[in-house]
Amino acid sequence: MDLIASLTVNGLATGMLIFLLAAGLTLIFGLMSVLNFAHGGLFIWGAYTGVWIYYVTNSFLLAIIVAIITGLVLGLITERLIIKPVYGNHIQQILITLGFMLVLQELIKVVFGPDVKAVSPPAWLEGSFQLGDVTLIKYRLFIIVIGFLLFFTIYLILKKTRIGLIVRAGVMNREMVQTLGINIRFVFMAVFMVGAALAALSGVLHAPYSGVIYAEMGLEFSILAFIVVVIGGMGSFTGSLFAAILVGLAQAFMAYYVPALSLAVNMLIMTVVLIFRPQGLFKVKG
Amino acid sequence: MSSLLKLSQVEAYIQQFHILHDIDFEVPKGEVTVLLGRNGAGKTTTLRTIMGLNPVSNGSVVYKDEDISNLKPHLIANKGIGYVPEDQGVFEDLTVGENLRVAMKREDQETTERLEWILDLFPDLKKFWKKPGGQLSGGQKQMLAIARAYVNENDLLLIDEPSKGLAPIVVEKVMETILQMKEKTTILLVEQNFLMASKIGDRFYIIDDGQTVHNGLMGELKEDKALMKKYLGVS
Ligand SMILES: Nc1ncnc2c1ncn2[C@@H]1O[C@H](COP(=O)(O)OP(=O)(O)OP(=O)(O)O)[C@@H](O)[C@H]1O
Ligand SMILES: [Mg+2]
Repeated sequence: MDLIASLTVNGLATGMLIFLLAAGLTLIFGLMSVLNFAHGGLFIWGAYTGVWIYYVTNSFLLAIIVAIITGLVLGLITERLIIKPVYGNHIQQILITLGFMLVLQELIKVVFGPDVKAVSPPAWLEGSFQLGDVTLIKYRLFIIVIGFLLFFTIYLILKKTRIGLIVRAGVMNREMVQTLGINIRFVFMAVFMVGAALAALSGVLHAPYSGVIYAEMGLEFSILAFIVVVIGGMGSFTGSLFAAILVGLAQAFMAYYVPALSLAVNMLIMTVVLIFRPQGLFKVKG
Repeated sequence: MSSLLKLSQVEAYIQQFHILHDIDFEVPKGEVTVLLGRNGAGKTTTLRTIMGLNPVSNGSVVYKDEDISNLKPHLIANKGIGYVPEDQGVFEDLTVGENLRVAMKREDQETTERLEWILDLFPDLKKFWKKPGGQLSGGQKQMLAIARAYVNENDLLLIDEPSKGLAPIVVEKVMETILQMKEKTTILLVEQNFLMASKIGDRFYIIDDGQTVHNGLMGELKEDKALMKKYLGVS
């Protein structure tokens, strides 16, 4: 029993990290129909700038703030320079963002050096609770809480404001949205920046969890994020949460029971989902 | 005559093509001003240019005593101008309700009242509230586009050929609605359907090859067969 519980908490924590990673991507895909393969690049930039501040100041909170700011700034630059010319064209988006992803990854090596960096959680998040027989690692619980908080915040914003509708309408007919008095350029830019900030945040939160960071994580996590977005239903925000948790739990249990398969498990889930539900777990509304 | 909108010697290009050469007209407050002219004369381009969707290369567009030429479209819209484009511009994947919600800048008492007023005129929109815009009939799309432009408190509505492609009975319906909206707002209407134009218009301007060539009261136009024949191909 305690084993199952531990694996579940592990899986949930992994799932939440994956959700944070995929949330930004699913937002910009679901709302703006932009395929951003540079997402993992924003993820590692969040991780590296955050960890650097964390090394210097020893404040994890500051690290999180700096990572978010990095995400916003890089998001702004990416949207202006890379995405703006290719709105509406998926092939061009894939090519240019994949290229930019590699640039971001190489720039990490130039700025922070090519070697792997070790990271551990801050003192206040180190250690574990004992709940009966089950050992709960503090940092994992922290991730789970942050993940759910962010999910509900964004969910409510999408549900209760017309921002989601505006962005979707803007993708369909940009001119018309403008003639309704909406500055659609600004809205698109803001959504992209929020997506980028979520990627960067997930990068810095991931660092103490995995214990190490390295530049090549960028591409790895770009691909993982896409797998989750596909499983969740290409742009469904709720879908990406369920998909991420599913992948997280599967990874945790597989790693224990069928270690040989643990690396392939993401692809396996994606394949099974696509065979039985080609539209993904959740259908995108509208 | 106090005019809400005044275009003076407006010229405009679409890419390298000189489309509007000399557009001059005024839209008096509280009236329906109709732009007439044959296909390709530049009526749609004129409305798009007012809305800021097409740059003004020369001349001025003055709205409420302010030159709005070359402002961004959303800023022009926020000055109180609503736009119903020729192709209606319905957001196809959004439901009727969502189409309207995108437009609603506020959700206060007044906006709600305006929404209810227009929905009473178009019960179909209520009936198909949850239907995607793309699945509406041509007439329903037109109604949705008009409702969407009306729902905010705009002082001027630009409506581009609302009768286009609609069955006569639907045209009748749209016409009645515009007549009712006339009580509440000023309208600049592009209309080829002469019957409709003459029923709801107060004043007309004829555009030919990107120039305003004639204007007067709607009542006078009906009598001037020669003019109608020359510019509108009506005999
Ligand atoms: N995108 C474009 N590129 C080049 N020329 C264009 C473009 N759009 C319109 N035109 C030209 O501009 C001129 C005016 O077109 P406009 O659509 O304003 O006419 P209109 O009076 O609204 O005609 P209609 O009654 O057919 O709607 C036409 O000669 C048209 O061919
Ligand atoms: Mg036209």
